[in-house]
Amino acid sequence: MKARVFVTLKPGVLDPQGKAIHHALEGLGFSGVSDVRAGKLIELDLADGTSDEDIEAMCRKLLANTVIENFKIEKQAA
Amino acid sequence: MKSAVLVFPGSNCDRDLAVAIREVTGRDPAMVWHRDSELPVGTDFVAIPGGFSYGDYLRSGAMAARSPIMRAVGDAAARGVPVLGICNGFQVLTEAGLLPGALMRNAGLHFVCRPVALRVENSQSIFTNGYAAGEQITIPVAHHDGNYQADPETLDRLEGDGRVAFRYMGPVNGSARNIAGILNVSGNVLGMMPHPERALEAAHGNTEGRRLFEGLLDAVA
Repeated sequence: MKARVFVTLKPGVLDPQGKAIHHALEGLGFSGVSDVRAGKLIELDLADGTSDEDIEAMCRKLLANTVIENFKIEKQAA
Repeated sequence: MKSAVLVFPGSNCDRDLAVAIREVTGRDPAMVWHRDSELPVGTDFVAIPGGFSYGDYLRSGAMAARSPIMRAVGDAAARGVPVLGICNGFQVLTEAGLLPGALMRNAGLHFVCRPVALRVENSQSIFTNGYAAGEQITIPVAHHDGNYQADPETLDRLEGDGRVAFRYMGPVNGSARNIAGILNVSGNVLGMMPHPERALEAAHGNTEGRRLFEGLLDAVA
């Protein structure tokens, strides 16, 4: 079983990296980009039957820092 | 004082910190490897050095905070043993949940490496009793992820309880309220981005970091 975990900065948390990417896009001449936020995608290859609670615990305990980040779990069929 | 300096793969200020501790306390600290699960018996001061533990993988300090030795440090902190985290050590302490908030990428995206002016906001703690309240000191910083953030309620609580130990005199890295160092509720855990161990001897150009270690020695011994 595979799961993808998307880790994103909480709304309102300043994202300097996203800002820099935004500036670079503008520098390349792309107009119409109003904001950029950068996050992480973590792919987990899991034993079949791993519970949703366990995946969520992995996110809370390590994969995301819930002080500043949100996470979203997307389970994929094997 | 029986000190311990933690060493993670990627720590690079551990030896500077050991020299500072030896200079001030007259005793070599134990260098404790991250995979150890116990601190040496009788440890009465734990120092977590700067550097790039685990290559800053995932988030600065994230992996180090989950290493075996940090459970022992958490237990020691709960017993009241002084714990000082400098730079990456501060990041490790927030990731371990021993201090609130988080240290994010510097707002200007630049690695900031220079002496900065700090105001001592709390001179009552075991770490800061060598300074006068409101005193201005200069200590070097060297970091990429020093932008301290917490929710407004947490920041208000830190301020209200006198747990902001040091504040930058001007913007350095985007830190909320220019916070440079904070204490835990009991006052025995201090995390700070500036490096007091780099302002210890005349050859460093400034010795204003020395009083932090001297004050701690006074308080503990």
